[in-house]
Amino acid sequence: MIAENVAFGIIAAAMALGAIGVVRTKNVVHAALYLVVVLAGGAAQFILLGQEFVAWVQVLVYIGAVIVLFLFGIMLTRAPMHPKDSLDNDLRWPAAVTALFLVGILVGLLVHTFHADKVDVQAPIRTGEITNSIFTTYIIPFEVVGVLLLGALIGAVVLARKD
Amino acid sequence: MLLNEFLILAAFLFCTGVYGVLARKHAVLVLMSVELMLAGVNLNLVAFGAFHNNPIGQVFALFVLTIAAAEVGIGLAIVLLIYRNLHSADLDDVDTLKG
Amino acid sequence: MFFLDQAWLVPLIPALSFVVILLFGKRMPRHGSEVGVVSVGASFVLACGAVVRWIMRVQDAKGGSALGALGRSIGRLGADNAEAPVLPVLHHVTWFQNGGVRLTAGIQIDGLAVVMMFVVTLVSLLVHVYSLEYMRGDSRFTYFYAMLSLFTASMLLLVVADNTLELLVGWELVGMCSFVLIGHWWEEKPNSDAALKAFLTTRTGDIGLLTGVIMTFFIVQRATGVGSFNIVALNSAVTNPNAKVGHTLILWCAAALMLAIVGKSGQFPLHTWLPDAMAGPTPVSALIHAATMVVAGVYLGARVYPVFYKGFSIADGGVNPMAAIGGITVIIGALLAFVQDDIKKVLAYSTISQLGYMVMALGVGAWTAAVFHLFTHAFFKADLFLGAGSVSHSGSHHSFDMKTDMGGLKKYMPQTYKTFVIGSLALAGIFPLAGFWSKDEILVNAGHNDYKLFLVIGLVGAFMTAAYMTRVVYLTFHGEYRGAHEPHAIPHVDEAEHDPIDTAASVEHDAEVHSPHESNRLLTGPLWVLSFFAVFAGFLNFPHFDKFEKWFQPRFPAGFAEILHPVAFNPILATVSVLVAGSGIGIAWAYYQGKLPQGLSERNALAHAGKRFLVNKYYLDFLYERVIVAGIKGPIAAGVYWFNQNVIDNVLNYTGRGAQALGRVTYDYVDQKGVDGLVNGLATLTGDSGGEVRKIQTGRLQFYALVLVVAVVVFAGVLWIAT
Repeated sequence: MIAENVAFGIIAAAMALGAIGVVRTKNVVHAALYLVVVLAGGAAQFILLGQEFVAWVQVLVYIGAVIVLFLFGIMLTRAPMHPKDSLDNDLRWPAAVTALFLVGILVGLLVHTFHADKVDVQAPIRTGEITNSIFTTYIIPFEVVGVLLLGALIGAVVLARKD
Repeated sequence: MLLNEFLILAAFLFCTGVYGVLARKHAVLVLMSVELMLAGVNLNLVAFGAFHNNPIGQVFALFVLTIAAAEVGIGLAIVLLIYRNLHSADLDDVDTLKG
Repeated sequence: MFFLDQAWLVPLIPALSFVVILLFGKRMPRHGSEVGVVSVGASFVLACGAVVRWIMRVQDAKGGSALGALGRSIGRLGADNAEAPVLPVLHHVTWFQNGGVRLTAGIQIDGLAVVMMFVVTLVSLLVHVYSLEYMRGDSRFTYFYAMLSLFTASMLLLVVADNTLELLVGWELVGMCSFVLIGHWWEEKPNSDAALKAFLTTRTGDIGLLTGVIMTFFIVQRATGVGSFNIVALNSAVTNPNAKVGHTLILWCAAALMLAIVGKSGQFPLHTWLPDAMAGPTPVSALIHAATMVVAGVYLGARVYPVFYKGFSIADGGVNPMAAIGGITVIIGALLAFVQDDIKKVLAYSTISQLGYMVMALGVGAWTAAVFHLFTHAFFKADLFLGAGSVSHSGSHHSFDMKTDMGGLKKYMPQTYKTFVIGSLALAGIFPLAGFWSKDEILVNAGHNDYKLFLVIGLVGAFMTAAYMTRVVYLTFHGEYRGAHEPHAIPHVDEAEHDPIDTAASVEHDAEVHSPHESNRLLTGPLWVLSFFAVFAGFLNFPHFDKFEKWFQPRFPAGFAEILHPVAFNPILATVSVLVAGSGIGIAWAYYQGKLPQGLSERNALAHAGKRFLVNKYYLDFLYERVIVAGIKGPIAAGVYWFNQNVIDNVLNYTGRGAQALGRVTYDYVDQKGVDGLVNGLATLTGDSGGEVRKIQTGRLQFYALVLVVAVVVFAGVLWIAT
């Protein structure tokens, strides 16, 4: 088990640094790239947990499409490409305090609740199980999400039209 | 592996995302912070799914992922509109509802 | 019983005649005098009827029919009937009632009331007739008759009153009428001064009357539990041995009422108004200041006699205030009568002296004697006054000064002379005239009831009375006529101002020139009537006949009857008093005939000083007017005025200014700054706080998100801690 823990530790550190990078960097593009790090790390964690399907979906969708979208957005809004003065507004400190409090509460709660519960990964979950679950038990949410995607698509087109 | 490891990591990501949402000026960066939050949520869901050895964790993570993508699309469309009207994506300039 | 039950008619008829004369008198052929004479005549008839009826009532109480009683009274002299109680006739109406206090107006007809009614109506009638001639041509003739009627009505009201409040009303009314009638010729200042003096002096006594009347209410309340002014109730309360009325209260009541008597009946020291009141017309002097009004005080004393009897402890003998004041008055009045040159003033002082006799009689426990003397005095004093009026009208050119304008009128005015002499002898108390019987009764009671001092005073007074009346008769009617000069010495309306309707009469009057002559029948008629009574009235109380006493003495309530013990006739004392009076006449006559040393007061300094003291009326007028009144008018009034201007006005001014300043302060601080500040401040506060709260709405998305997150965190924390 030790290898898993070490792996987890390294990936966790990377994610953490990446997250902090997203919120602290002065360069917008760098922020996007940091986000990539975080999302990739997330996918790795999923694999560690034996949830391979969602790991690869995350890589495909999130990193592949969403980040590209972000980069497009950055480009279209003429965000400054190079570092400039702080990209933070004046709510920095209250927000920091609040976030710290929030993390404190959450961590405390988690520690208090789950103590030293272990995640026991026997074998990776098979894709068949997931899809079985989706198409039988959760078929309606699946359809709804499909409609949602459709709506989002149309909405984005409508919103972004130039008239 | 402790469950708490993953959960604490997820909480950390989430809170960092909260900080980013509140503290960043550029609208796109805010959306990125929202992505961070959603990443944390996803990690949470998957960890619990593994803990209980139930595919439900992944299923919901999938849904969250999908919705996140849709949401980013719409969000960026809105940001573009804002940019078009205000010629700036600085959220501090969006204050016409100021009292 | 008509005359007794409807005795309220007796005061009512003159009251109505007053109104009629006032309203219509000027237009009548005789200017209202006919109404006056007829109405008083009617009252006189009613009063006579009341007297007769009352006598019959008394006889009936002793048993037997009226006619039999009359026969018995004439035939059997000295029939001593049992002393049965005879109730007075009482009628009343409730005039005002409030909270347990009832004020009634009513009549109480008993012996005293009928005697007074008779006297008042008779003398008033005679004066009315007399004035037809005496006041002929006067410019206020009608008004004079109106006031005479009002006076008669008031006096009769006083006499028939059944409660002390009604008596007070009558008392005040006669006081007012006296004021009006004395000042009949008010154009001359001395006359209006005299009227004012009379009114104010009697008013001083009225303080006592008012307090005394109020105390009578409480005496009755102490005795019966229910307060009342009723006289019968008062007499019962005072004489009832079981009643719990304190002696102190009765004493104070008697003292207060004594003050009233002193004022109204001219006792020392409030007698100074009576001589000055002679400034009024002579008929007025005869009616008011000799026969009727001045005796109102004595009447009061007789009416509520038990109060005085018990209050001053008259039964005990010795000296009591009533007898003392009466005695002093007898002497000082008589002394002053000696030094007067004005015939009316002599008669005024004589009246004072005789009133002193009456009050003294009441003070020594001789109720019947006092009332009897009142009865006889009215006749002979009115006779004397009207005689003096006749002398001045026809004999001395309207002057009353004996030394300068009269003398030797015996041969010019025989009727006046005869009636005047009869009156004088009656006054002096010569047997068998009326004054002898009444005065002698006073003396015998004084001697018997352990009041020997007052017996002596009475005898001395009798001596002096005889002497000064002889002086008057001599100066007026004997010697040589001195009145050839200065007509109209007494100020009164000049003949030129006589009422134009009466020009015929005034011309006729002028044509008589100014030589003394006998008066017209209208003047001498009343004189003879009064002389008749002066001669024969005394026989009513002839010893063992005693009809006055039996008919008119009060028999109810029982306690009242018990305190009256008239003393029997004492022939020795009677002889002594006649001798005293006779010697008085003799000595005075001798003096004026020149047989005694003349001019003593010019030669002897002490006598001169004494005479001056008397002429200045004991300096009492000086005391009253210059010391007491001026003292009050001067420094005290000035002091009070200063106090008013400086202290009271300043208090008011500063209070006003203080209020003003307070108002201003209130406006400036409380209203402008305080209240407005509060109101404005509230508005400002609201505005400012709104402005502050508005800043929360920044319009910035992230700010709202921050707030949201903070709320969530707080919630979570609280929930976590709570669980």
